[in-house]
Amino acid sequence: MERQEIYARLKEVFADVFDREVELHDETTASDVEGWDSLRHIMLISAVEEEFEIKFDMKAVRELKNVGAMVDVISEMAAP
Amino acid sequence: MQELDYPFDSRVVRRKKLSLKRKLLEQEGLMDKKIAVLGGSTTAEIKDMLELFLLNEGIRPSFFESEYAQYWQDAVFGNEELKALKPDIIFIHTTSRNISEYPELSDPEEEISRKLDRERERFQRMWDQLSQDYSCPIIQNNFEYPPFRLLGNLEAADPHGRVNFISRLNACFAEYARHHSSFYLNDINYQAAEYGLDRWHDLSVWYLYKYALSLEAIPFLAFQVSNIIKSIFGRNKKALALDLDNTLWGGVVGDDGPENLELGPETGLGEAYLEFQAYLKELSKCGILLTVISKNDEENALAGLSHPQMVLKSKDFISVTANWEPKSENLKKTAQSLNLLPESFVFVDDNPAEREIVRQQVSGAGIPELSHVEGYIAALDRAGYFEATTLSGDDLKRSEMYRENAKRAELQASFSDYGEYLASLEMKAEIKPFSPVYMARIAQLTNKSNQFNLTTRRYTEEEIRMASAEKDTVTLYGALADRFGDNGVVSVVIAREEGEALRIILWLMSCRVLKRGMEDAMMDELVRIAVKRGKVRLIGEYIPTQKNRMVKDFYPGMGFVQTAGAEDGSAEYELTGLSGYEKKNRFIRVNEGA
Repeated sequence: MERQEIYARLKEVFADVFDREVELHDETTASDVEGWDSLRHIMLISAVEEEFEIKFDMKAVRELKNVGAMVDVISEMAAP
Repeated sequence: MQELDYPFDSRVVRRKKLSLKRKLLEQEGLMDKKIAVLGGSTTAEIKDMLELFLLNEGIRPSFFESEYAQYWQDAVFGNEELKALKPDIIFIHTTSRNISEYPELSDPEEEISRKLDRERERFQRMWDQLSQDYSCPIIQNNFEYPPFRLLGNLEAADPHGRVNFISRLNACFAEYARHHSSFYLNDINYQAAEYGLDRWHDLSVWYLYKYALSLEAIPFLAFQVSNIIKSIFGRNKKALALDLDNTLWGGVVGDDGPENLELGPETGLGEAYLEFQAYLKELSKCGILLTVISKNDEENALAGLSHPQMVLKSKDFISVTANWEPKSENLKKTAQSLNLLPESFVFVDDNPAEREIVRQQVSGAGIPELSHVEGYIAALDRAGYFEATTLSGDDLKRSEMYRENAKRAELQASFSDYGEYLASLEMKAEIKPFSPVYMARIAQLTNKSNQFNLTTRRYTEEEIRMASAEKDTVTLYGALADRFGDNGVVSVVIAREEGEALRIILWLMSCRVLKRGMEDAMMDELVRIAVKRGKVRLIGEYIPTQKNRMVKDFYPGMGFVQTAGAEDGSAEYELTGLSGYEKKNRFIRVNEGA
């Protein structure tokens, strides 16, 4: 799946989970986004999984350091 | 809100929870409740989901949430924050992860029984402490089966198996629930089975975040808990409005003729309609009123209803409406004739267009999505409209009472003078201070009565018990019977001493007995007690809600004089000169029985 398409769908997921528009870049991390705490993170991960119909394994969850890393993993796992 | 009505989409509910909450908070007339969530595992998302489903029922919760897995400590050793909250409900979210001692394979059977006793006592100590400290309803999970079975199928039978141990422990919990009112089991054992054990368990969220069930299943769990809570607070539906063609039977009676309807054991479809009717019949035995609203010529509808294979007989229906008016109008009329609110109805119709009209015109009514007859029972059963938290004698008799009311209406029509009609009813009332056998019913009434309710203050059973024990408080229940039958407890009054006055803080009556003079009899008794206590006046309050306009002028009608009023419509009234009070009741004989 193209990174551009992934970004577009990720933006929708973030908008729902945070109930507002969120700016996303490869370097964006939790500390850049207000309200992205550990509890919200859990819900975000699961919303992303459900959006792309994938399941991150536990190791992959640990490696989701920033949005760019998340996009990388999604592009590997999601069907084209 | 449709996103939260059963069957909701767990993904949508979780992903959009912030915007859903925002919209739900815009509703008017929300009932505030304080809820303590004591968890044996992570509860953050459970709390958030519970909040959404409660808001969807018109209940706005504020929460106390235990620190991670501190459920037992918070309960037994106390927690200042929890004490300060004074919860209205305590929900204990424990799971089979919280069982402290499972049997070892080497344990002799007696040791396993001891482990069972210790586990039961550990929980029981917590429940006893909580009820002593907080006197509020407790909702406790039982235990779900584990994700793995070391001994395979043997686990069910062998006491060393966890499956067997959990079953025994669940039986202990059920036993406790049976003997403690205000203690409710949340049956996650059934819920997990219904959901599918493999979908219920998600080990990665346990390892990573210590959630003891999958994130996907959390809304489902929270929905179940919200059903119990709304039932405790009297927000259950009370009646069913049933369509006929392709709802109670297969086919269209007006076109096909009653003899060609699909109903009966001869065909699979006919069997399915039979079983649906049998389910409805059982619901009516639980006190749910059955009514028919059908687009049909009346003659055809009645011909269908007298089909020999009908499980539901004409006496099972409180009312039958068959005409060509919009169903939303018929629903409102039916509700009015039974003195119920339209939103207390569940509208059962296979036609999506009819459901849509009712959805738009009757806000708050339950409208299950029906598509094929084999799914009808599930659509009603799983939605929790009628979640039973107690089975009071009154519930079981409710249909009977409404039938008696129909007979009264007939009698009334034969009198030109209303007073003569009332006299002919030969009414007898019992008006006395709250007594233990009626506590559950009284609490239920304070939560269910919306229309004839001056202050709409809600009480739990414990609060009712406490009110009746306070020396400066006057409590009265009124039970009314007549020649047609016994209505049971229908009116509740609570008043508190305030210097030389008695302030009426609660006055309600079931709409079942409107215009029978019961309020006069209650007032007479209250005044008698006030005088006996040396009081010189009564103070009454009216607090307006969206539903109690009916009693806006109740106190002036009773001879009270307004002494204060506020912009929101609330007002205070006074009745003076109690010593010269003239009795109002003319038609009811009060406290003449044993």
